[in-house]
Amino acid sequence: MTIENQIPLRSDLKIIQKWINPNSQVLDLGCGHGDLLAHLQSEKQCQGYGLEINPECIVSCVEKGLNVIEHDLNHGLRHFKDGSVDTVVMTQALQAVRRPDILLDDMLRVGKEAIITFPNFGYWRTRFYLMAKGAMPMSKTLPYNWYDTPNIHMCTFHDFENLCRDKGLKIVERTVVDSRHTESLSTRLWPNLLGEIAMYRVTR
Amino acid sequence: MPQEIPANSVGVVTPQIATFNEPLKLRSGKILERYELMYETYGELNADKSNAVLICHALSGHHHAAGYHLDDKKPGWWDSAIGPGKAIDTNHFFVIALNNLGGCHGSTGPTSINPETGEPYGSDFPMVRVRDWVESQARLADYLGIEKLAAVIGGSLGGMQAMRWAIQYPERLHYSVVIASAPKLSAQNIAFNEVARNAIMSDPDFHDGHYLKHNTIPKAGLMQARMLAHLTYLSDDAMGEKFGRDLKGDEVRYDYTPEFEVESYLHYQGEKFSTTFDANTYLLMTKALDYFDPSQYYDNDLAKCLSHAKCKFLVISFTTDWRFSPERSEEIVDALIEVDKEVTYARIESEKGHDAFLIPIPRYVKLLSAYMKRVIKELEL
Repeated sequence: MTIENQIPLRSDLKIIQKWINPNSQVLDLGCGHGDLLAHLQSEKQCQGYGLEINPECIVSCVEKGLNVIEHDLNHGLRHFKDGSVDTVVMTQALQAVRRPDILLDDMLRVGKEAIITFPNFGYWRTRFYLMAKGAMPMSKTLPYNWYDTPNIHMCTFHDFENLCRDKGLKIVERTVVDSRHTESLSTRLWPNLLGEIAMYRVTR
Repeated sequence: MPQEIPANSVGVVTPQIATFNEPLKLRSGKILERYELMYETYGELNADKSNAVLICHALSGHHHAAGYHLDDKKPGWWDSAIGPGKAIDTNHFFVIALNNLGGCHGSTGPTSINPETGEPYGSDFPMVRVRDWVESQARLADYLGIEKLAAVIGGSLGGMQAMRWAIQYPERLHYSVVIASAPKLSAQNIAFNEVARNAIMSDPDFHDGHYLKHNTIPKAGLMQARMLAHLTYLSDDAMGEKFGRDLKGDEVRYDYTPEFEVESYLHYQGEKFSTTFDANTYLLMTKALDYFDPSQYYDNDLAKCLSHAKCKFLVISFTTDWRFSPERSEEIVDALIEVDKEVTYARIESEKGHDAFLIPIPRYVKLLSAYMKRVIKELEL
């Protein structure tokens, strides 16, 4: 499974990194080229590992001096013991794993807290695309065809929050950003319609 | 030697011998009063002696890892990885490769003269374990004036040495690179080794290991041992691709001489090996493999064992390696993670089986190069 959605990661990372305490232990699932981990290591003295499956990304992480473990998230987090890290982060990968619900459980088994970001399928442009064209939506955020997309479990904010509720998880923080990755009054008022990317901070 | 030596080769190299007169007490309790180690070096040792990389060899390896001897047709066994501009870049690193104690390529071993008898040691040569090799390698580092190695790198049995270094001399290395290895052998692996040993020891020319006294070698036994081992280093796919069911002739001959290409290949490998390798060394090396299990001294807890390490680790496995499968490497990775050690792990796609660790597979080369560049950067070499 390769997670390399061309979402401008920088802006959602800026928000996420505020949620991570200095000197904490972080696990980054689908860490890509390691930008978040590198930032957390140099700016917040965090320690941790990135899990990745893409060979190019693994080399990028090695070049940045990061600890990267080749691992398919579909196999769960068996490398890690219960409660072994402070925060488990997964940016833009939830929708691409075979069983997001099971992985979410595993994230909160390993970490005290989980930070998850994903593209919102309830975003108005996505809804409009499907309604107007009658075809699976494609955009900068979702650049794939239906048949070659790694995003096999697209969901909306409502879907995700329902899952958290069913599992009895606590949503500590939620931020929703629009296509320019900024938070505004309107995205706060109508997140499922106007938010393109969701960022959640959840605990048990 | 090729007419023109490639620009990224370390060139013509000359092995050296280091003599150690301080007795070495082995794990078995036996003592080697005096021994020699044959080694080669590539690149220059820097002024503060901080750029040394030790290469540990696998079962049938030796000190000639890179470059050419004057009578070589092919370069050293890991020439693809060692040289100027290569993954283990000799423009930055001073690389040391040795023949392990008990070997048959110049270091003291079963074919050396036993000072007590004036005859070759043969099977009287004491069994050595991985920790004894690490001890002797540390002494070689002392001899070369190196206090702390930049990295210890090894594949297979060599990976076990790299791992042992991290536990045994945590203060003496910055990085440990463990390739296609395992924290200990499985029952299946020990079984393969036993079949190989049995083939050697039941050869009538074995003479209880004192065959040199009888001016002979257990050639047939060693050949069988190698044929068996060799095929466990390949994958089904790799053999299929290389040989398929191809016959040497046009049709089957209805006799028992090798007629499939794969048979002929195995015979060739066995034949070549049996004339260049010593049977007692083979026995000793397979035993060192079987005995290796550093976690046994730590309540069989590998994580507890590795918690003593202070270096950073790179662990690499290969997908079709069934002799030292990726799962075995992942046991090492899991244990390192459990005790918060710095570790990077890659599982390289390859159809080459265990042998992959010696083959310059592009992704493997790229990853090892990137990691060694990280070593250069972090140690400012």
